[in-house]
Amino acid sequence: MLMKLARLSLWNRRGTVLMTWLSLTISIALLLGIDHLRTEAKNSFTSTVSGTDLIVGARSGQLNLLLYSVFRIGNATANISWPSYQRIIKHPQIAWSIPISLGDSHRGYRVMGTSGEYFQYYRYANSQPLVLKEGTAFSGVFETVLGADVAQKLGYTLGQQIELSHGVGAVSFSQHKDKPFTVVGILARTGTPVDQTVHVSLEAIEAIHLDWQQGAPMPGRQLNAEQALAQDLTPKSITAFMVGLKSRMATFTLQRQINEYKNEPLTAILPGVALAELWQMLGMVENLLLVISLLVLLAALVGMITTLLASMKQRQREMAVLRAAGAHPWYLFVLVQLEVLLVTVVSMLSAAALLFVSLVVLQDKLAADYGLFVGLNIIRLNTLYWAGAIVLLSALLAMVPGVLAYRKTLSDGLTVRL
Amino acid sequence: MTDKPKIPAIDLKQLKFHYRPGGWQLELPELTLHSGQHLFVRGASGSGKTTLLNLLCGITRPVSGELFISGHALHKLSGGARDSLRAKHIGVVFQQLNLIPYLSVLDNTLLSSHFAGQNKAEALSRAEQLLQRLSLQQSLWQQPASELSVGQQQRVAIARALLPRPTLLIADEPTSALDSDNRDAFMRVMLAEADANNCTVVFVSHDKSLQQYFHYQLDMLQLKQGVQPC
Repeated sequence: MLMKLARLSLWNRRGTVLMTWLSLTISIALLLGIDHLRTEAKNSFTSTVSGTDLIVGARSGQLNLLLYSVFRIGNATANISWPSYQRIIKHPQIAWSIPISLGDSHRGYRVMGTSGEYFQYYRYANSQPLVLKEGTAFSGVFETVLGADVAQKLGYTLGQQIELSHGVGAVSFSQHKDKPFTVVGILARTGTPVDQTVHVSLEAIEAIHLDWQQGAPMPGRQLNAEQALAQDLTPKSITAFMVGLKSRMATFTLQRQINEYKNEPLTAILPGVALAELWQMLGMVENLLLVISLLVLLAALVGMITTLLASMKQRQREMAVLRAAGAHPWYLFVLVQLEVLLVTVVSMLSAAALLFVSLVVLQDKLAADYGLFVGLNIIRLNTLYWAGAIVLLSALLAMVPGVLAYRKTLSDGLTVRL
Repeated sequence: MTDKPKIPAIDLKQLKFHYRPGGWQLELPELTLHSGQHLFVRGASGSGKTTLLNLLCGITRPVSGELFISGHALHKLSGGARDSLRAKHIGVVFQQLNLIPYLSVLDNTLLSSHFAGQNKAEALSRAEQLLQRLSLQQSLWQQPASELSVGQQQRVAIARALLPRPTLLIADEPTSALDSDNRDAFMRVMLAEADANNCTVVFVSHDKSLQQYFHYQLDMLQLKQGVQPC
């Protein structure tokens, strides 16, 4: 009977209840959505690079090194000389290494010089290797492999000729026009900065800079592509390199050895640690978002209580009738609580449905436009905590009209005071 | 005249009530009403009629004095115990708007048995019986109470009040919203049903023309002086 009363009473006031339900649904969906995206973004972010034990670059802060080597943000302060690189990777503990040479770009996308090891050893997410969607890895000097985004946004296909620019701006004034590259491969989407990278060989980086000095073309010394190929294309330096170890136990030992390397000032970082540190900095923003969505939820709940309080005036008669039939004031208190609970629970269910549908609709767009891979499983332990907190909060707020119902019926008795 | 059982339906002595000390006060020296007796209480507004009803059905608690309803010492009971006593032993019918508008006629009737904690199947068959006797056809039972006429609503209120077989029926001007034809029909059917259930009736109104239906009539002034209905 109590349930029936609560249900029918809500149905009787369906106009205002509908609006309350709507605002609660939207705000709960917002809260759960932000929480979900937060978790998914963190997962996606921290899995940008995996399987790499150390990243080594010229001496700098670990965030700077992480940002330019993994996220292609910012620039290196200095390079690592090729002999130093060769010497370090001879270390018995090192299983593989991927050299990285940065500094050029193509229409706003960073160009990364690397070696064949990149396609073999680079891992992201849960140790997933890079997969070529089309074509092959580069083998010749003037060949390039594009990230998924680069190919898609610029509409490039296999066999197309592209020119690289010196520097990293979207609009560059100095082009490597004389040495065009052929697209030989396009990588499958990874959801990491790899998608936005143009990959070439280290030799290619060397070749396009043969006739350059101090960041500008040398006047009177122009080499065309064929002439360049005839030169010694062994790199003189690289920007950074990634290292995979035979045993993870050696990580800290090797890190210390590299940091103390005498011939050149170098820094080795653990990508996992650096990623976590970076995420902590970004964490401010996510916490802010969460606080805002919490406030939105609170506003919706207060709105629900306000409409309930307003309706208590009209429901005085109802309460008096229930009292006359033998209801204890507690019964009325529980009735009000139950109504609030019903609205909240139904809102939570519809919010979850709304969120799920939105995710299904937006999943591809998020992946394509923001490289954010969002899972559809919104029911996690965290979600259950939120649900519990929302129910508790609404029950707490419902105390206001509940206690009012209790006290009013005690003092007014069976009469209705207008 | 019905036989007088040993335990009176209402037995009050030196009952005093006030909302705050030193303010307006209601004093009732003595009143005894036996099972099956029908009492008409007449009084102008402000004479304490409503307070009397609130006291009798246990909504408010007397400040001092004794009040027994069917032998239960109402003045000694806690709020919750008074509520369950009301659910089981006292039926209440108001002036108007007696029903929960969004519940069906049948559910409105069953409300009292729900609070009295009665067997559901038994309550249902008795509710159907009562509704039929009060000329509320079966076609109306599942309709929301708000769709009934005022006269029909008041009859549903009687059915609800009488469903848990109360010993006391309290009516607070239940006919004031009815026209004279409906009023007569209502009075007759209410008192007939009360008699059929051997139920004591306290009926409060300012309308003197209604006192012809009752065995006993008292003015609020007489009540305050301790005049007995006999």
